Amino acid sequence: MTILTKPEAEPVPQGSEHFLSVRDLYVQFATEDGTVKAVDGLSFDLDRGKTLGIVGESGSGKSVTNMAILGLHNPRNTTIAGEIVLDGQELTGASPKTLEKLRGKKMSMVFQDSLTALSPYYTVGRQIAEPYMKHMGASKKEARDRAVEMLRRVGIPQPQTRVDDYPHQFSGGMRQRAMIAMALVCDPDLVIADEPTTALDVTVQAQILDLLKDLQQESGTSIILITHDLGVIAHTADDVVVMYAGRAVERGTVRDILKTPEHPYAWGLLGSIPRLSSSVDVPLAPIPGSPPSLLNPPPGCPFHTRCAFVDQVEGDRCRTERPVLPEGRGSACHLTADQKRDIFIEQIQPRLR
Amino acid sequence: MLRFLTRRVLGAIVILLAITAVTYFLFFVLPSDPARLACGKNCSNPDVVKAIHHRMGLDLPVYQQYWDYIRGIFVGRHMPDGQNCPAPCFGFSFVNDQPIWPTLTDRYPTTLSLAVGGSAAFLVIGVGLGMLSAWQQGKTFDRVASSISLVGNSVQIYFIGPLAIALFADNLGWLDHGHDPTWGSDPTGSFSGLVLPCLVMSVIFWSNYSRQTRSLMVEQLAEDHIRTARAKGMSSRYVFFRYALRGAAASIITIFGIDLGSVFGGAIITEATFGLHGLGTLAVNAVLGLDLPMEMAVMIFSASAIVIFNILVDTAYAIIDPRIRLS
Repeated sequence: MTILTKPEAEPVPQGSEHFLSVRDLYVQFATEDGTVKAVDGLSFDLDRGKTLGIVGESGSGKSVTNMAILGLHNPRNTTIAGEIVLDGQELTGASPKTLEKLRGKKMSMVFQDSLTALSPYYTVGRQIAEPYMKHMGASKKEARDRAVEMLRRVGIPQPQTRVDDYPHQFSGGMRQRAMIAMALVCDPDLVIADEPTTALDVTVQAQILDLLKDLQQESGTSIILITHDLGVIAHTADDVVVMYAGRAVERGTVRDILKTPEHPYAWGLLGSIPRLSSSVDVPLAPIPGSPPSLLNPPPGCPFHTRCAFVDQVEGDRCRTERPVLPEGRGSACHLTADQKRDIFIEQIQPRLR
Repeated sequence: MLRFLTRRVLGAIVILLAITAVTYFLFFVLPSDPARLACGKNCSNPDVVKAIHHRMGLDLPVYQQYWDYIRGIFVGRHMPDGQNCPAPCFGFSFVNDQPIWPTLTDRYPTTLSLAVGGSAAFLVIGVGLGMLSAWQQGKTFDRVASSISLVGNSVQIYFIGPLAIALFADNLGWLDHGHDPTWGSDPTGSFSGLVLPCLVMSVIFWSNYSRQTRSLMVEQLAEDHIRTARAKGMSSRYVFFRYALRGAAASIITIFGIDLGSVFGGAIITEATFGLHGLGTLAVNAVLGLDLPMEMAVMIFSASAIVIFNILVDTAYAIIDPRIRLS
């Protein structure tokens, strides 16, 4: 991900623009208890052929953001503000019909739990063929051939016969492959993978991630990979956005985030990963507390209620002033750059070994 | 599929045998004697009663009578009084000594037509209303429909039947009064004679089916695979009819299977309300007249109908939901 210095820049259809650019995105849900600010001023960019990892706990707004890109929120109770520009086309104000035509064709999504995310009533082949018929105007026969081809591409054995199977006749890993085949059937430019490996066991996880990578190299697709698992990010992403309470709290390249993380929340995420090499006597260091309510988020830095370093910031700013995420590599935290570096080297890094 | 059907049909035969046996033997637990009823009020001569017993075959052991009855259905029989009764023989009425089978074939088309026509009406109207409500979820139509269905839930056939006749047949003249169908000779007349009774019968089912359909559709529309279909770019209408309705249909069919008994009950009340000649009046008269052969025949007919419809429902269910194995 490169740095965007002009947030208000007009979309230019030339290659100078980012392929996907999200600017000051707000997504709010009206509920009986009040307005939930699920995404609260989020910006990021993604270039062609690159993979962006979005990391965060449950409820941090990862999935909501991506549902907003696809326009899948119910307009009756959802307010979306800000800018989503995909390949020069503005999406937040686009009509439902326009979005419908883009979904599945230009942008598509791989969902988490493939057993519930595929319809039990139709064959896998039909579910793969449907968008191909709709978007490409293909005949039934052509779409079926395409479905077989896609199943072969994602590594399903005997695709000619498996194409007529129902999802419940597939194993979990095969279903996820079929799901990827479905997302890629129209050669989309953007694939959003929402925790694509969460429901799978570890060996299958690696296969699925490799598959996504291979397919990306073949077709030059851009991928947004949503996950709570930094291991998955390490394996696949180029750039990373760390989300907390609907905001980006840190961003950088995958190397930045894994080797020199700056935000206390990112430190917490790294510290809570079990490592085979670590001593069994050293307990995992989970982040204390739970994510804040998005109905009335705490003032100041939303992470201050769980942050161990609040006292090191002068003047109680963590509780009163919302830290700003700088453009490009950086983190939304009041600690000074020196403090971040020193704390990470002295207190965090030793625990990660 | 064939194995499933064979098994279900065999199971159905066992169920029917059990039902007939229970009905038959229960009759003899009752203290009343059909021979005394046939003999008349001032009948005191035990020889006459004995003679009637013999003519009705009631002097034989109960299991023997039951066996003769069941055998007669398949191969026909000679009655104890010498009358010949070809298969399918359901015996002769204790009340008027007429053979049962022709009476039954004369009466069942009315009840069956009402059951099938009424079901079709309430499935189309009830499920249709429920789908519209789900489509318009939270909007005016949805609210009005749910209020109306409360009213629909509290009406009875014998109450709205006469009202509907007075309004649609007598005053407006839009629909026929309702008469017994004679399908073979007059299909269109039979149909138009059934429209009003079927509609009236369907009313009591509307509210249940519209509410169930609405909530099933709303539930289905919140499923993950609906979101997936929308993420593929399928239109709202396509998703609604192809994905959500498919899932709801499986449950609606299950509910219909459970309701089959009430459907036949409703048909019987409807024919009484409209003065039609179906199995309902036949059954009531048979019970009041201690007419065992007629009771048995009506029982066998309605039980068979329900069992057959149940097999059809299960088959339809398996066709709709591929996860159900027919075995």
